Amino acid sequence: MGDDVSLTFWQFSQEIVIPRLLEGLGLTVQLTLLSGVCGIVLGMIIAVARISRNPVLRYPAALYVTVVRGTPLLLQVLFVYFALPPLIDIRLDAFPAGVLALSLNAAAYFTEIFRAAIQSIDKGQMEAARALGMGYAVAMRRIVIPQTYRRLIPPIVNELSALAKDTSLVSSLALAEVLYITQRVSAKYLRPWEVYIWAAACYLVIVLMFSAIARYCETHLARRES
Amino acid sequence: MTTPVLRIEELHKYFGKNEVLKGINLTVKMGEVVAVIGPSGSGKSTLLRCLNFLETPTAGKIYFKDELLGGPEKELNRQRSHIGMVFQRFNLFPHKTALGNVIEAPLKVKGMAKAEAVALGEKLLHRVGLSDKMHEYPGRLSGGQQQRVAIARALAMEPAVMLFDEATSALDPELVGEVLAVMHTLASEGMTMVVVTHEMGFAKEVASRVVFMDGGVVVEEGKPADVLGNPQHPRTREFLRKVL
Repeated sequence: MGDDVSLTFWQFSQEIVIPRLLEGLGLTVQLTLLSGVCGIVLGMIIAVARISRNPVLRYPAALYVTVVRGTPLLLQVLFVYFALPPLIDIRLDAFPAGVLALSLNAAAYFTEIFRAAIQSIDKGQMEAARALGMGYAVAMRRIVIPQTYRRLIPPIVNELSALAKDTSLVSSLALAEVLYITQRVSAKYLRPWEVYIWAAACYLVIVLMFSAIARYCETHLARRES
Repeated sequence: MTTPVLRIEELHKYFGKNEVLKGINLTVKMGEVVAVIGPSGSGKSTLLRCLNFLETPTAGKIYFKDELLGGPEKELNRQRSHIGMVFQRFNLFPHKTALGNVIEAPLKVKGMAKAEAVALGEKLLHRVGLSDKMHEYPGRLSGGQQQRVAIARALAMEPAVMLFDEATSALDPELVGEVLAVMHTLASEGMTMVVVTHEMGFAKEVASRVVFMDGGVVVEEGKPADVLGNPQHPRTREFLRKVL
């Protein structure tokens, strides 16, 4: 360890920090994509329940969104890892527990995104579809929902970016994602700022990549519509 | 004597505590064109929207042919598919082409085969004079063209009656004529129509009967020449003086 102290910033970065952080980045990306996809799928389902006329579906969905958005994510992560398994008698490893907690959390935010998008479509669209004899589900699937796609892109990307950053909270489950490795490396070599600055860069790369994808999708869809 | 296409009995509609329709009785016979006129807020659009249950009546009965309108969702969907509607704001599906708009319901409600639906759609768009706009999206059509697509879309379900809810009110003045012309043709081909309109000229020339509504009731009804030319009720006279 004595040698490490004499390393320059670039040497320290190249030889120690970046290789370790890249491993962490892989896990962070996995966590983000897995819980992003699960969150989106769950969010779609809960959103449909949330706007349903059936109170048996609507109220639980609203309660879910309220509870999840009203409690800290860190608490939810710890709850899924420590409190849930004894409650329903299963064993959860840190990774599935992390993905589960992040998915359940993101689902609540995605629910609101989908709900808002659906409700932003002009009521006349549903009326025109119903007047033609379409049932509610067909009208939703064929007429209303397809019109939300384009306006969904910005808020979804926003939420995915937030999710990428939120994955740092599962470091509390000793999952070797970016923040966990950052803390370990910086503690071991006692050169914190050099490590933290690269950790920040990791998150920035993910978020900027999402933004680029969003821009591409938007211009692509805009071209098709005009 | 054939059964009327629509028979409305003691129809009441409340929005909250506000009674918008106060006991409407009206019969629409096969082949009739009924023009519903009246000041804004008189309840004429609400009446029309009750006729396919876009608004659920608070009380009263509506018969479509022999059947009581309403009931379970599936029944209602079937009944609605026989009642065409054209909206003031067109309500075309912006993510589908003109042809896509017209064939959507035949495909998804009737389960018609694609080729058959396309043939039907092409025929109907030709009929409303839009053969050359078949593959355009609504955003690239003028208001008048959009409304004609909307008429074709409603006709695609081969409805027994067509409801027009102020179909020309959202149009630029120079585009009103092309839509009225299509409606005129439909009427002359024997389509049963209920037309909520501000176009007194249309009511006079095309309608077989004019219904004047005010304050949620039918104030006066009869032949266009009588109601428009020689109104009996002071409220009708006052309304006509303002609009003519």
